[in-house]
Amino acid sequence: MRAFFDMGGYAAFVWPAYAVTLAVVLLNIFWAYRALERSRTEARRRLQVQGERR
Amino acid sequence: MNWSWFHRLASPPHVYALAARLTPWFAWPAAVAIIAGLWGGLVLAPPDYQQGDGFRIIYVHAPSAWMSLMVYVTMAVSAAVGLVWRIKVAHAVAASCAPIGASFTFAALVTGALWGQPMWGTYWQWDPRLTSELVLLFLYLGYMGLRAGIEDPQRADRASAVLAVVGVVNVPIIHYSVTWWNSLHQAPSVMRLAKPAMPLAMLLPLLLMLLGFTLFFVALLLVRLRGEVLARERAASWIREVVSA
Repeated sequence: MRAFFDMGGYAAFVWPAYAVTLAVVLLNIFWAYRALERSRTEARRRLQVQGERR
Repeated sequence: MNWSWFHRLASPPHVYALAARLTPWFAWPAAVAIIAGLWGGLVLAPPDYQQGDGFRIIYVHAPSAWMSLMVYVTMAVSAAVGLVWRIKVAHAVAASCAPIGASFTFAALVTGALWGQPMWGTYWQWDPRLTSELVLLFLYLGYMGLRAGIEDPQRADRASAVLAVVGVVNVPIIHYSVTWWNSLHQAPSVMRLAKPAMPLAMLLPLLLMLLGFTLFFVALLLVRLRGEVLARERAASWIREVVSA
């Protein structure tokens, strides 16, 4: 187990590389759903404005 | 041959519903492929005879770099389709691609720097491969900045599509940079005509990661596409059905 985390002495490069990639993957999921939610909220607001005009 | 399914791909309500339905079919296989690829790459693959365990950065670096290029090509092709046939859904696909591509270009640059330091003795060089990849990041950011700066969505779609299409010349430059010029970066070891230059125990996890990231891109694209399609619709009756919660 120690040897695995040590990565043959390259731990200081291997693990940050994996951490950055994992962060990008997770952020992409978060950003995608946040963008969708914003569009839905915005669409709801537009419908309301139209409803009031009628 | 019945082409109605193809024509329906230009219909916003159809695409919105289809994207929602298809997302899990890409997201879950992506998760399985990435977890299997990580296990294979970090645990099962043997250390490299020159780079020891340092080579394992390839399992995050190569898929990120692949994403940076593949997403750009997807973006440029859909932007071109949007420009030529004036299809809103195509522009929506292009707009959905940009933030995904930009973030993975960033990941490719950072993981590359972290690989470069122990193997080449430097995090960064103004080398053809590295520089052209940095230009790719600026293309994505320029595309997003241009869109953000234009209020009218149709004008934003057209202006940014021109940028996306022109910028595609950078893609072959990145790919062939290591063959055309003397580069620090190694030549392709998988994306080449000859047999991959890697034993199977190293290659298989890499192929799984490439597959997993590609499926993940499609899943992300489908989620973002719904938002982009909604944003382009004004007063369409189907919107009421999908947003009234």
